[in-house]
Amino acid sequence: MELNRRETLALGLGAAAIVALPVRFAAAATGDEMIAAFTGGAAVAEGGVTITAPEIAENGNTVPVAVASENAVSIMVLAMGNPTPGVATFNFGEGAGAHSASTRMRLAGTQDVVAIAKMADGSFARAAATVKVTIGGCGG
Amino acid sequence: MISRRDFLQVAMATSALYGASGFGNWSRLAAQQALTQDELLQFDDFGNVTLIHMTDIHAQMTPVYFREPEVNIGVGDNKGFVPHITGADYRKMYGIADGSPTAYALTYDDFAALGKTYGRIGGMDRAATVINSIRAARPDALLLDGGDTWHGSYSCYHTAGQDVVNIMAALKPDAMTFHWEFTLGQDRVRELVAASPFAMLGQNIFNNEWNEPAEEFKAYEMFERGGVKIAVIGQAFPYMPIANPGWMFPDFSFGIRDERMQEVVDEVRAAGAQLVVCLSHNGFDVDKKMASRVKGIDVILTGHTHDALPEPFLVGETILIASGSHGKFVSRVDLDVRDGRMMGFRHKLIPLFADVIAPDPAVAAVIEAERAPFKSQMEEVIGRTAADTTLFRRGNFNGSWDDLICDALMSEREADIAMSPGVRWGASILPDSDITREDMWTTTSMTYGKCYRTEMTGEFIHTILEDVADNLFNPDPYYQQGGDMVRIGGMGYGIDIGQPMGSRITDMVLLKTGEKIDPAKTYVVAGWASVNEGTEGPQIWDVVESHIKKLGTVSVKPNSNVKVTGV
Repeated sequence: MELNRRETLALGLGAAAIVALPVRFAAAATGDEMIAAFTGGAAVAEGGVTITAPEIAENGNTVPVAVASENAVSIMVLAMGNPTPGVATFNFGEGAGAHSASTRMRLAGTQDVVAIAKMADGSFARAAATVKVTIGGCGG
Repeated sequence: MISRRDFLQVAMATSALYGASGFGNWSRLAAQQALTQDELLQFDDFGNVTLIHMTDIHAQMTPVYFREPEVNIGVGDNKGFVPHITGADYRKMYGIADGSPTAYALTYDDFAALGKTYGRIGGMDRAATVINSIRAARPDALLLDGGDTWHGSYSCYHTAGQDVVNIMAALKPDAMTFHWEFTLGQDRVRELVAASPFAMLGQNIFNNEWNEPAEEFKAYEMFERGGVKIAVIGQAFPYMPIANPGWMFPDFSFGIRDERMQEVVDEVRAAGAQLVVCLSHNGFDVDKKMASRVKGIDVILTGHTHDALPEPFLVGETILIASGSHGKFVSRVDLDVRDGRMMGFRHKLIPLFADVIAPDPAVAAVIEAERAPFKSQMEEVIGRTAADTTLFRRGNFNGSWDDLICDALMSEREADIAMSPGVRWGASILPDSDITREDMWTTTSMTYGKCYRTEMTGEFIHTILEDVADNLFNPDPYYQQGGDMVRIGGMGYGIDIGQPMGSRITDMVLLKTGEKIDPAKTYVVAGWASVNEGTEGPQIWDVVESHIKKLGTVSVKPNSNVKVTGV
């Protein structure tokens, strides 16, 4: 049997139950799997949600990201290249004024950051931004 | 009826540098007769608004030699466009005669011979003469400084920028934006900004803790000149904490932030601005992209990449002005603003030939006073250039100054390999000339100049080269972080510009043995300008001075250790 990374992590989780490692290890699905779980496999349209992140991170350990979508009830943010891609899922209640949110995330390296918005009508929208994490230096 | 677009084109055709001196005009006397101050200043006033732009002066208060780049490779959509056109192609594009003063000011070929003919360029006392002349015709002209002003000389370093601040104050600018200024440290920047009599701008300077616009800097300043409401929006260098040591200014965050730029443009338009000017330190290609994404900017005064262009570059209906570096040029931009919009322009890039333009006595006196405490230190001769050697830096890859610095690092620090930052600043020195301490400091002065000596694996050296190469050759300018390619001594390599990150750098060879660099093996690397806090070692200028003094006369052979493909 050939173990893929996910199965290896799942096996690790089984062990974790015994040694009581943090439960968040359970979230170590791939980004695509998390999107599939979030959307239930429904089609996802490009646009309709905005994601704002720096083109090049000033500090990969704390990268600001903001998402907005007027009609969203929920926006999931994923750092697709992180070992654990989940960053945050923002839920907007009926009384929410602005359907926007911002936070900071840690990025393991240059990668796409993806926002998936679930709209009030049950449809889904997607936006992505590439954030470069560089070792820096040499500024002309 | 003439459309706005046609009007721009007509106006553009009238803009030209003086460039009619004949080829082979080699004697200084002939050059001076061919070129007069009146000709350099000649300008038929146009429209109702005048902008004066200088940028990237790098503390060069007195005239310098500065060789423009030979290698300046454009990638992606910018391939084949200015400023990525150099030498003969550049002269052909703008109709500049070989060997003319204009060719000398704007292109690299025959630099040593032309430099001996036409002399030094720049100096803030010459700039003052030009600015005063423009103000005599247009008292309402705005003088805008694009930043990289308080950095780059012996006296600037020793006064933490105060000498430059005092001299620039004598020119009476109206606004300024920033880059290397922040390497003075955030406390000093705050102090100088708070004391400034003119506007200190940066719409993209944010408070790092709250990710909100920093209260120390205004996004824009509104001026009313010639009956026109003009908004000048500042755009500081976007990648300061990455390209320079972020620990020196931890409270601040930058970035391009073109969404906010659009908001600010909309805000100033709503507030009645008839002309929107962006005073930018983005770099030319980033400004081109920003001009295509942000609507409503009439003029972008570009900076950072040190490009000098004799004509504006148009992106849609935005004109981009590139005014060079090291105090070599002053740009004058006259605009016709009517009915709330820019209808046309006339432009001239004015080279400050030091032997042609008379220094302004008042500013010359200020410069002399600021130099006085350091004069003997600065003017001390530490070596000479050989007859075969022009020292210069600017270009995508190693210049002769960089090779000399890398040699100094390897020799003085007993290292296999040397790394020197790909900064664009540093004046040139002609063959058969004295090298003064001041000259050498134009290429080494910085607030984080300590030389590290460390061990790196071949794999890590490769990673560094790939990382820096992507910061220069990523096809999207928004992902280009700043400088030219890191300069390497003691090692050769091949670079395929067109490859993606991770695949550009090949054939790394240790020059002293001719062996291939082994990814697993460890090499002793000496370098300077680390962005990491707590770097220890001697200052780079002490290392280089010691090396030059040992050599006496400096001869640097042309560097063929970097093989560039995929251009």
